[in-house]
Amino acid sequence: MFPALSRKVYGKALVYFDNAATVQRPQSVISRWRDITEKSNANIHRAVHLMAEEATEAYEEARECVRGFINAGSKEEIVFTSGATASVNLVAFSFGEAYVREGDEVIVSEAEHHSDIVPWQMMCQRRGAVLKVLPVDDTGHLMVDKLDNLISPKTRIVAVAHISNVLGLVNPVKDIVEKCHSKGVPVLVDGAQGIVHRAVDVRDMDCDFYVFSGHKIFAATGTGVLYGKKKWLDRMPPYMGGGEMVGHVRFSGTTYAPLPLKFEAGTQNFAGVATLKPALETAMMMRGEGSGAAGSCLALRRELVENEAAVRDYLLDKLLNNNRIYLFGVPSVPEEKIPLFSFSVEGAHHEDLALILDKMGIAVRSGQMCAEPLMDRFGVTGMLRASLLAYNTLEEAEYFIASLDRAIKMLV
Amino acid sequence: MEDTEKTLQEAEEEVVDEFSMFDEWLDKYEYLIELGKSLKDYPEADKTEDRLIQGCQSRVWLDYKVQNGRIWFNADSDAIITKGIISLLIKIYSGRTPEEIASSDFSVVDRIGLKENLSPTRANGLVSMIARIREIASENR
Repeated sequence: MFPALSRKVYGKALVYFDNAATVQRPQSVISRWRDITEKSNANIHRAVHLMAEEATEAYEEARECVRGFINAGSKEEIVFTSGATASVNLVAFSFGEAYVREGDEVIVSEAEHHSDIVPWQMMCQRRGAVLKVLPVDDTGHLMVDKLDNLISPKTRIVAVAHISNVLGLVNPVKDIVEKCHSKGVPVLVDGAQGIVHRAVDVRDMDCDFYVFSGHKIFAATGTGVLYGKKKWLDRMPPYMGGGEMVGHVRFSGTTYAPLPLKFEAGTQNFAGVATLKPALETAMMMRGEGSGAAGSCLALRRELVENEAAVRDYLLDKLLNNNRIYLFGVPSVPEEKIPLFSFSVEGAHHEDLALILDKMGIAVRSGQMCAEPLMDRFGVTGMLRASLLAYNTLEEAEYFIASLDRAIKMLV
Repeated sequence: MEDTEKTLQEAEEEVVDEFSMFDEWLDKYEYLIELGKSLKDYPEADKTEDRLIQGCQSRVWLDYKVQNGRIWFNADSDAIITKGIISLLIKIYSGRTPEEIASSDFSVVDRIGLKENLSPTRANGLVSMIARIREIASENR
């Protein structure tokens, strides 16, 4: 089902534990991309010929799939971008233009990915606003109580991850949204990791913006989603100008297309976007959701969910009970943690460990993981991260632990 | 350095020979780790910004002194395999004259397969280390 997972590296079976960076594509996604490219390669929303109609239909069908997947109220609220980073940049720019003035404040958490920090910093510089930080505690939990004091009458927006790409803990985003809304402050949720591991209902969460990348949820690279409440998107100016996003263009002035096209300037990645449909079907299966027609399919779904929990609990136990290992992001209850483990090993550099594990066939991430402020918070120059998905097995996790032990022995 | 009688080219050949004894990459890493551990102590006070080599994923400091026309290198890194790699370079290039260093094409790193077996970011770090050694040699000619 996932062609890349059956490849060999250095003559060994690949153990792919870098899923938080990107996941492997299922055959259905690869086929979808190839189908569109081979048969329906035409620019969308413009021409009247058959190929253009097919491409447009595939693109808009993906929009409806995304809408349903996150239970948004309307397709107008689903904007396609090139990824979560582009989505945050869009909001930071356009929301900033419309709502942020000199002396205003923006709050982000200490555990954010650079992509949910830098766009806000840039916007604050442009608008003369101030960036404030919601801290995390030693176990990696957001100190949500501190929000009450951080939010002031000048706070314009709060940006926070659904699940941190380093800590792997599910943040209480619904509570955060409620807290912020009680003071009239909108919230952007960075769902790059969250969308993969938790069912998301944006209306229930009541967030104002939710962003994610396609490539982390099985779709083609270069695809991303911005969900935004219509009331905000309507009043935000376009981020980029050009084809597709216009109503009428005169040298005396231009009017803009209605939502969501207002934010989709230029030829879109339509072949990539079309893969979101099979991708989201895969994601639902991995999470044990959706209505599987066949009984065997239901059994497979249940099996995947049970497997993921079992693998998570196994690794949590092994890593927490090794006194050489320091795990960042320790859950209060296992359910709060996704199978993502960032840790450091006493006496062994993360880069050395990753290099040795690579030669053992195991792909993990090492370094700052695009979260330098969080590295500083924990006083480390980097970490080692193993991030799994439901397609990873307990055997792979056992091999990883044995290999990690061997690598540590080589180094210390 | 105890064996400055060896020419730079001979030292290069020796490293290539040593590396060719290992079939497995893990064994090569073991060897680099040993080399890294045996590198002579590097003073904490010399871990300064100006001795830091830019472009490495892990931190690498390279210091040198010039004595009787020869350049003597000392280095350190917080990652041990990187430390092993730089100690390999020191083994070959320390105690040489600037002219000798300038005469080397540094193809030894390609011949032992180091470059293609490192991740691109790491290979860049290796390129940066070599560039710095060359730079020091040319500054002291």
